[in-house]
Amino acid sequence: MLDYITSYLSSNTTPGQAGNVFWALVYIMIVFGGVSVAVMAMNWLERKALAHFQIRLGPMRVGPHGLLQPIADAIKLMTKEDIIPAEADKFVFWIAPLIILCASFAVYIVVPFGPTHAITDLNIGILFMLGVSSLSVLGVVMAGWASNSHYPLIGALRSSAQMVSYEVAMGMAVVSAVLMTSLHGIGPYGVGVGTSGTGTLSMIGIVQAQQEQHVWFLFKFFPLGFIAFGIFAIAMVAETNRAPFDLPEAESELTAGFHTEYSGLRWSLFMLGEYAAMIAVSSIAVTLWLGGWFRPFPNTLTGDTWDLVFSLFPGLTFLALAAIAFVGVRRMPKHPYFRVQTIGLAGFGAVLGLIGLILFVPPVRDRIQDIFWFVAKVAGFMYLYIWYRATFPRYRFDQLMKVGWKVLLPIGIGVLILTAILGVVL
Amino acid sequence: MQQVVQPGMQPVATTFFFYFLSGLTLLSGVFVIIRKNPVHSALALIFGLLAQAGLYLMLYAPFVAGVQIILYAGGIMVLFLFVIMLVNIERSQREEQFNKQWVVGLLAAVALGALFVVVYVKGKALFPYRIAQPIESSNTQQIGVMLYGQYMFAFEIASLLLLVAIIGAVVMAKKRI
Amino acid sequence: MAPIGTLHYLVVAAALFILGVIGVLTRRNVVIVLMSIELILNAVNLNLVAFSRLWGLHGQVFAIFVITDAAAEAAVGLGILIAFFRNKETVNVDEVDLLKW
Repeated sequence: MLDYITSYLSSNTTPGQAGNVFWALVYIMIVFGGVSVAVMAMNWLERKALAHFQIRLGPMRVGPHGLLQPIADAIKLMTKEDIIPAEADKFVFWIAPLIILCASFAVYIVVPFGPTHAITDLNIGILFMLGVSSLSVLGVVMAGWASNSHYPLIGALRSSAQMVSYEVAMGMAVVSAVLMTSLHGIGPYGVGVGTSGTGTLSMIGIVQAQQEQHVWFLFKFFPLGFIAFGIFAIAMVAETNRAPFDLPEAESELTAGFHTEYSGLRWSLFMLGEYAAMIAVSSIAVTLWLGGWFRPFPNTLTGDTWDLVFSLFPGLTFLALAAIAFVGVRRMPKHPYFRVQTIGLAGFGAVLGLIGLILFVPPVRDRIQDIFWFVAKVAGFMYLYIWYRATFPRYRFDQLMKVGWKVLLPIGIGVLILTAILGVVL
Repeated sequence: MQQVVQPGMQPVATTFFFYFLSGLTLLSGVFVIIRKNPVHSALALIFGLLAQAGLYLMLYAPFVAGVQIILYAGGIMVLFLFVIMLVNIERSQREEQFNKQWVVGLLAAVALGALFVVVYVKGKALFPYRIAQPIESSNTQQIGVMLYGQYMFAFEIASLLLLVAIIGAVVMAKKRI
Repeated sequence: MAPIGTLHYLVVAAALFILGVIGVLTRRNVVIVLMSIELILNAVNLNLVAFSRLWGLHGQVFAIFVITDAAAEAAVGLGILIAFFRNKETVNVDEVDLLKW
């Protein structure tokens, strides 16, 4: 039994491929916990960042600078009354948020945080992610239908039509990235001799193909990779019903769309599913175009010194966050009412600093590299989501569908054809 | 009867997962034909399709499983749910659910079942217990080579069929042709 | 218990097929008849993929074509249903009898 557990530690594959159930469960729990914490942090960051974009402060009271606000929100939602509309179909009403939640979380099985840091590496990795994330459309339709009321029904129909339309554009962009995995050459325009190679759909394989070709697929065949990435970036925002494509759930238009009739914990399941889906599609974008878990410039700035410099980044990031927390402590008003908040913020800063110092220790430093760069890139995407929400006005529904079918899809097909031609001709 | 031994805890897990997934598929099939409310039938069919994708994974066909999840559960069933929402009238749920010739239909199905039993009992020698293990890590690549090589003509015909279906569905659902 | 061989999958596929046939022959609601047809197609797919494990990948390729055909057929069938529903306001199979004498 004990060497069933320790035998995995000496292998260099993912737990799913090694067939080791215990470590697979451990990884699943770590990923699940990490995503839940990330969703709560994202909730706080969204409110604070939106507020600062709008020159106001956001939540400041609940914890120091509102840091405990997500916990307060969770407690509020859990203790709210659970209202089910009259004559609603109870079973379908109950199961709709569960379908969205399960679909959004099941995607994390194949997300590659590192060359062996994934729960498993399916042969059809990217296909699985696209397919399972498309199951959340079913949850949306059922939520709108089961609520037995007009606004949710219209919101659900619009939302599901939008999600299905932008899935097609996403698929085109993904296929053109997968095409690039079958090449062998080095550099942005390198194709390699005798490229009848087989590409791969597995997530870890796609990142390793980027490593072999010494280029992020963002820069491969220069405008083409970039345009494909742009199509995917726009389509993923529409896929998760976020601004500027959030007409189905906008408060001023449809009184919260398909989740109008949901209250309390059921509504929080929708929110959890939505943020988890955002992180999931961002990790698809990072894996396919942004080089996954590799540090910036792995091939131009090579050598041990540069490796050392880049490996200091995780610790430095946390130390910078701790420094910001201490600046916040200095700027707190010196009034007795603020004493608890000051102490709390100082403690939070101390914890961040401690984590930063732990990340400088060499054994930890080597292992945390891949995960840190992956999470940093995904966090950049999360910030982009919030930035879009603060900046862009909302699309009207017919404009939204026009963009999805008449603009993104033809450009996607064009990029695909050009990528295929370049891959054969060059 | 030779069995290739697989690493890890798989022999027990394979049996458990087979019975679990096939039980789920059959149970959802029963619910599809029994329920009055078509939304419940659609929901049961979705679960059945997902369980069947699991069965395909057990049969070393990951690409077909992925296609099943994307197209069937994520595409066709969304289409069904949309149409159910458009044509669902409460009156149809209070009417008689099984039609006038249900006895004959049931007898026909039982006869078909008897035929299946006869075929399987007589032909059992042709369905060996031998469990071949195709290589899973290049399943997609091999299917791709076959689709674009040997089955290229069928592939093009399938795309033409989809085009015809799109045009047909648009024409059929228009108000004025 | 005997190890899971091909016959087990064939029996499951046959049972699904019979359930689909019962659904097609006995239900009144057109949408549920169409869903039973999907059950039949799935049973056939399971059969194909079960045999392809023994005899090569042709079964899986054919299963992919069957799924594509099922999508096309579901789209056209539901289009017909909507056109019919617009005419007669009912989804009862027994009432599709405009051409009967």
